[in-house]
Amino acid sequence: MRIELDVNGKAQVIEVDDPDMPLLYALRDDLQLNNPRFGCGLGQCGACTVHVDGRAVRSCMTPVAAAGGAQITTLAGLGTPERPHPLQTAWIEEQVNQCAYCINRWIMTAAELLAHNPRPSEAEIKEALDPLICRCGTHGAALRAVKRAAQSA
Amino acid sequence: MSSNQTLSRRAFLAASGALVVTLTGPESAHPAQNGAATRPPLAGDQLSSYLSIEPDGTVIAYYGKIDGGQGLGTSIAQMVAEEIDVPLEKVRVVMGDSGLTLDMGGASAAIGVSHGGMVLRRTAAQARQLLIELAAQALGRPADELTVTDGVVHATGSSTRGISYGELIGGRYFEQKVKWNGKTSNALGVETTVPLKMPGRFKVIGQSPRRRDLPGKVFATLELVNDLRLPGMLHARMIRPQIAGAVPVAVDESSIANIPDARAVWIKDLLAVVAEKEWNAVKAARALQVSWSQSTPNFPGSDGLHAHIRNAPVVKRFIQRENGSVEEGFAQAARIIEGEYEFPTQSHASTGPACAVADVRDDAATIWTSSQKPYDAAACVAELTGLQREKVRAIWMFGTGSYGRNDQGDATADAAVLSKHLRVPVRVQYMRHEGIAWDPKGTASVSRNRAGIDASGKVIAYESIGKAFSRLDVSTREGRAADVLAGHLLGFPLKPDQSFEIPVASYTFDHGRLGWETVPPLMERASPLRTTHLRDPYGPPILFGSESFIDEMAAATNTDPVAFRLQYLKNPRDRDAVKTAAEHYGWDKRSSPRKGRGDEIAIGRGIAFRRHFDTFIALIAEVRVHRATGRIEVARYVCAHDVGLIVNPETLRHVIDRQLVYGTSRAMLEEVRFDHEKVTSVDWVTYPVLHMKAVPERIDIVLIDRPEAAPSGAAEMALGLCPAAIGNAVFDATGVRLRRVPFTPERVKAALERV
Repeated sequence: MRIELDVNGKAQVIEVDDPDMPLLYALRDDLQLNNPRFGCGLGQCGACTVHVDGRAVRSCMTPVAAAGGAQITTLAGLGTPERPHPLQTAWIEEQVNQCAYCINRWIMTAAELLAHNPRPSEAEIKEALDPLICRCGTHGAALRAVKRAAQSA
Repeated sequence: MSSNQTLSRRAFLAASGALVVTLTGPESAHPAQNGAATRPPLAGDQLSSYLSIEPDGTVIAYYGKIDGGQGLGTSIAQMVAEEIDVPLEKVRVVMGDSGLTLDMGGASAAIGVSHGGMVLRRTAAQARQLLIELAAQALGRPADELTVTDGVVHATGSSTRGISYGELIGGRYFEQKVKWNGKTSNALGVETTVPLKMPGRFKVIGQSPRRRDLPGKVFATLELVNDLRLPGMLHARMIRPQIAGAVPVAVDESSIANIPDARAVWIKDLLAVVAEKEWNAVKAARALQVSWSQSTPNFPGSDGLHAHIRNAPVVKRFIQRENGSVEEGFAQAARIIEGEYEFPTQSHASTGPACAVADVRDDAATIWTSSQKPYDAAACVAELTGLQREKVRAIWMFGTGSYGRNDQGDATADAAVLSKHLRVPVRVQYMRHEGIAWDPKGTASVSRNRAGIDASGKVIAYESIGKAFSRLDVSTREGRAADVLAGHLLGFPLKPDQSFEIPVASYTFDHGRLGWETVPPLMERASPLRTTHLRDPYGPPILFGSESFIDEMAAATNTDPVAFRLQYLKNPRDRDAVKTAAEHYGWDKRSSPRKGRGDEIAIGRGIAFRRHFDTFIALIAEVRVHRATGRIEVARYVCAHDVGLIVNPETLRHVIDRQLVYGTSRAMLEEVRFDHEKVTSVDWVTYPVLHMKAVPERIDIVLIDRPEAAPSGAAEMALGLCPAAIGNAVFDATGVRLRRVPFTPERVKAALERV
């Protein structure tokens, strides 16, 4: 089965034998993208978060066939060192991460929030980021970084 | 080095005005002939095994430890840059590659700076001296008239007519011995007669350059071990039994026949599926039909665990510290108080379940791992594959944070066993349930404490005994087949060690006894509850008991908890940490619990103190306790932190800030649940961890800088104080003593209602 994907602004065609394969494996295995990452496969943690048509989704739970034709953005497509997304700038300013295995979930979820609500309150940021797991304990730093990005935008 | 490069070097020397020097100097001092053309074999007594210089003057530091995500790589670069006198950006750190770096023990015990960092700092000082001597020959001036600025050796007081490190030896390798102590791993040490820089001259140490690893992480350009893709590589998933201890007795391969390229691999009791595409391996792991042997683990269940520990026979009892005569002290006491504290089994529960890649050939193997202990992982793989140790190259890569000896050593071993069997490179990625239910665990414990108080209110006798599973069913070094699940399943005999720990502080009571007892493991072989080091292995279980009980003594003697600690702590650095935290918090002197505790939301403050190696930490927690629900909120932490010399203050603050969030998670939420036959904590619902809304609202970190003192460690020492600091604050707020971690709302509510 042929599936057309638009990933980070680039048209891609992949051949899959299982339309129910999660988008995560199409991105990692077929397109060899190093993000998103596998965290739980259960939609509980967010390590696999990408944007599909601007919505932050858990790619471990999204069948690849359902993403056909959609615009997919991964962390690498959000910004580059030359043209960083304000959240990426803020993440470096606040030196948020430790291992950063979970970084997709935080930045991609926060990016969706800021796209719809450029000046979120602290409570709104906490609400949006509450479902995310980070075992290094970077939550407080991530909160500060989202506030910083919201102020700079 | 090629002749072209040699020629271009000579041309450069001529152009730079150094040609006169090279012509008039002794032939042996010709810069291009300094050093060896090829890197001498790795050896502890060779300077080239620690440092080398590139043609452009870049200093490469070979660091036999790893950066688990706390910015260690940047701090190590600072230490080397400082001592060898080059700008920070001219230092590159190579970490954890057994083909390039000596075994300095990997990540272990938060000694990345104090041990491995100091080794490289000393060798950098020696290298700087050597480079000055080489320059003295090249420049025809006495060495004591020369100095170094930014990697250029020049006459003191004059920055002209210098010669750079790159010119002196760039692209070649040091041929000098260092005074090595003959040891490897954490114990590897180097001495040098060259004096280290005095703190007053520091230019790089003590500054806060940003982490070098973060841009690659933020822009998703840094390759993790998970991202490694080798030609012909197969994806593997391991098959674990539903009931602990069961092993496969029949495997129905037809159950996965419809999944392209998928097949089962069954070696003795080890069972896996492999496929060319990762998703097909996942599907095959779900679909594979397996008949398992009967197994009756008879686990006590997590609810019955502490009764089990209390009643279990003692395998080893060890009194680690004793002074006076404890029995006599208790006999003299006017009254005796007692307190017991229970700590649960906890999982590393890494953000990413373990992942590793192995390529095992007939005569050699390479493993790519984010294990904290790549050298030991290589030794384990050698034993499992029958290869000689030196034929296994371990290459450490960034990966998920591990928080101690997590499941990454197990995954590395699995990948190697499968690769040897299949004769192709194999990538193993564990699934979520393996990352929580099957990682080696942090041990549960019961802490028994008692104190004898004389008629004047002085504590004269104190005893604290921890009873627990050994913290080392499998070694934290994971260097033997016996230390990994694959070894257990392939029949390698177990080699458990008996060990727990005692709290460390300079509390002095006239009669004291600190010790521990271990109990037998719940299951010997391939147990999902096997124990090993979980981040700060000496901390949370032990300090929850000891520092809560110190608070009980203070309350029993109507003494302010800070004043009580200062009354019995003798070491000045211990005392400074406690005093600094109290001053910064604005601690008002009074005994706990506070008066007027009837509020619906009760507010309290608590302190806990520890020394770990030469790190001295006092943590104050301020909490709000919601009586109706039992919910605890951490409103504020104040952490006074004395690590000796501080290499990078901002990175240190981040390390402490992040670990206090992590430590709060372990205090408030984390407990591995299990029934009589299996672990039932398998995901983020059944193993809850801290989320954004429950994060401490304010964290104040007060760094006590002691540039004259050797640097100690910081990567895990503060988190161990979280349970006791929170528990003591809850007591201050409510008068109710929490005796069981984690402090779930149900448990707190029940404790409040018991009063």
